Amino acid sequence: MKQEQKNIDLTQNSQSVLTNTAANSAANWEELDRLEASLTPNIKGRKGGFRLGMSLRRTLGDTAGQIVLTLLSVVWIIPLIYLIVQSFRGEPGAWSPTFFPHEWTLDNYKRLFTQTQFPRWYFNTLWISVVCCIVTSLFVLSVSYAFSRIRFRARRPLMNIMLILGMFPGFMSMSAVYFLLKILLPMNYQSHLSLIIVYCSGAALSYYVSKGFFDTVPRALDEAARIDGASRFRTFVKIILPLSKSIIIYTVLISFIAPWCDYIFVSYIMSGVPDTGLYTVSLGMYSWLEREMIQQYFTTFCAAAVIVALPITALFMWLQKYYVEGVTGGAVKG
Amino acid sequence: MDVDYYGLSGAKRLTWRLRRAVTRGLKGIGGFFKNLIFGIKNFVTGIFRGVYELVRNFLAGNFVTKLSYFIMGSGHVFRGQAVKGMIYFALQVLFTLYTVFFGGNYLSMFFENFFTGGNIGRTETYISDIWDDELNEYLKIAGDNSFHILLYGILSLFVILFFVLCYVASVKESYKLEEMKMIGKRPSGIRKEGAELLDGKFHVTLLSLPMAGLFLFTVIPLFTMILIAFTNYDAGHEVPERLFGWVGFENFRNMFSGTSKLGDTFRRVLSWTLIWAFLATFTSYFIGMLLAILINRRGIRFKKLYRTLLVTTIAVPQFVSLLIMSKMLDSGGGGFGTGGGIITQWIEQIFGYHQQFGLKIFDTRVAIILVNLWIGVPYSMLLCSGILMNIPADLYESARIDGASPARRFFKITLPYMFFVTGPYLITQFIGNINNFNVIYLLSGGGPGDNLLYSDGAKGTDLLITWLYKLSLGVDRNYKLASVIGILVFAISAVLSLIIYNRSSAVKGEDNFQ
Repeated sequence: MKQEQKNIDLTQNSQSVLTNTAANSAANWEELDRLEASLTPNIKGRKGGFRLGMSLRRTLGDTAGQIVLTLLSVVWIIPLIYLIVQSFRGEPGAWSPTFFPHEWTLDNYKRLFTQTQFPRWYFNTLWISVVCCIVTSLFVLSVSYAFSRIRFRARRPLMNIMLILGMFPGFMSMSAVYFLLKILLPMNYQSHLSLIIVYCSGAALSYYVSKGFFDTVPRALDEAARIDGASRFRTFVKIILPLSKSIIIYTVLISFIAPWCDYIFVSYIMSGVPDTGLYTVSLGMYSWLEREMIQQYFTTFCAAAVIVALPITALFMWLQKYYVEGVTGGAVKG
Repeated sequence: MDVDYYGLSGAKRLTWRLRRAVTRGLKGIGGFFKNLIFGIKNFVTGIFRGVYELVRNFLAGNFVTKLSYFIMGSGHVFRGQAVKGMIYFALQVLFTLYTVFFGGNYLSMFFENFFTGGNIGRTETYISDIWDDELNEYLKIAGDNSFHILLYGILSLFVILFFVLCYVASVKESYKLEEMKMIGKRPSGIRKEGAELLDGKFHVTLLSLPMAGLFLFTVIPLFTMILIAFTNYDAGHEVPERLFGWVGFENFRNMFSGTSKLGDTFRRVLSWTLIWAFLATFTSYFIGMLLAILINRRGIRFKKLYRTLLVTTIAVPQFVSLLIMSKMLDSGGGGFGTGGGIITQWIEQIFGYHQQFGLKIFDTRVAIILVNLWIGVPYSMLLCSGILMNIPADLYESARIDGASPARRFFKITLPYMFFVTGPYLITQFIGNINNFNVIYLLSGGGPGDNLLYSDGAKGTDLLITWLYKLSLGVDRNYKLASVIGILVFAISAVLSLIIYNRSSAVKGEDNFQ
């Protein structure tokens, strides 16, 4: 037991791992190894030479694995390194003959913040995603709680309808949404409000993962609260939500990141809008890569990409544990 | 898995499994239709029963209850639920106003040529012979807008449905109030009803707002777009200048026709979509799984570092990572067309092959699948790591004691377990890849084009979904085709989802994987 504890510490400190489960099971692997070592001599009295061969093979295998992983990791981050070094490139133009620039400069960043509309795009995206994140999380959590805990007559039919709705490609109905927005917001249908409406209105459809999570929270808790006289609202807010930290973080994370990554809806809603200051980062940056702009703006694009990707990546890495839990939970339940 | 199975040889096992998969799939689809018919039957009998009950209550009720059948909420007002009664009454007034001044007109135009075919709307925009001095041209007289008629028609149908539901609820409550009064009970006040919304009817509170959003901005647009598939709405019938009209199943016939260029294009795009989804799903799944196993190996060091490096591609927003990839692969033709992508240069230096991303369909497709690995492998690695950890360690232990080689352990324990657990995930992922807009659109934009093979704006690496996007925006817009494609994508996803549904219900019976 002590050994196992030590193993857990060891793995957590030195080499581990994404999640607690991962750490635990890494311990399992270690334990397995130990078990095997203790068992091996007892089985058919294996000869020393054979065991030496085994360990040699293991070392070889480990080395090979190490090499493969190192190579792959390098391959994996090359494009991102390319992005970063290109953002410091001094030579103008879209085409560069070499991976690393000859001339290093900060001008691209300076230009980004002084001569382009990028700061405006950035704040547009930021406030849109904050609003969306709040609304979407509220929607998703309340829908999934209702479906998971409350048995009402329309429950099954509603869940089935939502399942079917989710199977239509999301932007198939974009042109109809566009017309609806034009009717509802005749003065400014190509606005951030429209985008927020578009992002949030379909939010309830992705209740699946968090419903799966709520299903795993014991119902006995609800019943206990009920016996103590708590209303469903109180049970939800005071008992279930505090227990659901991981799924709340997952929902918030996903809904916060979505507007940063969306290109398709924003390009539809904002198509042909005269004021490019209304753009979000993805739309604005995509416009820099158009044929007539790319020569002038490519390095600026790289700088902007770094600025956009940094906080999102950091956020993701920081909350990765919850993301993995969400993905795994949702996938395994199907 | 029954005993017969173990008596079979390798090849026969495969056919056995295939046969089982097919029968299960068919059973699932059959079960779905059985449920559907059963549901419809229940629905119809429910309506009949409801109507019967309403008539019976009307006949049995007293004057106030009878009045509430004509003036909604009157029953509530007279029996101590004034606020609720007023809300019902306001609803009735609003509905009447809506129908008289707005919805009725649109509904009549909506259904005018619905069964016979023909234009939606009566007058087309035309240029009159009245000269407008301000604009310096002849005055334009605006006609009907077919799209608005369609949209408002659907909206009105749903408004009517909603109103009918409210009406039924109100008269039922009214009758109940009468009964309560007869036995001397007091109806609950508005405050208590409000408190009930946080407790017994908490689901109403939780669901109403999300459902309203879903309804207004997903359901109504979706119904409208589905109907577009049965019209001739395209660039030649663009609203508001022109009208479009009902054409029945003509668009579907054109899409599936064996001789037309459109039919050819559709089959090409569809087959590439399926090939792509298959390859993208399975390549990233297997490589991700192998990587997860490798990283979880005991002797490997710097696990966390490797994981972090590999996972960065999920974290970086796709429009950044894919666009930069597209630039790196650029060979001068497609993509951004500036040429000299760094990867293109490397491949030329190392292999002496000038890859033509965005110029040759085959090269582009290979590149897309490889780039998708870059995005997709970390994702499935994360997923597989989590699940691999959960494989009971005693399985491996006993296999080792029995002297099974690592390869054998992989094929006999790891793989079956993974398939068993991640089966639903694989199908979800397959559906996700059918709809994978980002990877295609941001990498190649669907190109390269080939006018001999493709028509109607489709290009060599277009999936159905990117084709749909192009058809609903820009120069190639053809809304009717976009709508048909949307319905087909739905059909594919629906069939696959039915398989998942069937699988997971089949799984429930089997407690352990075999």
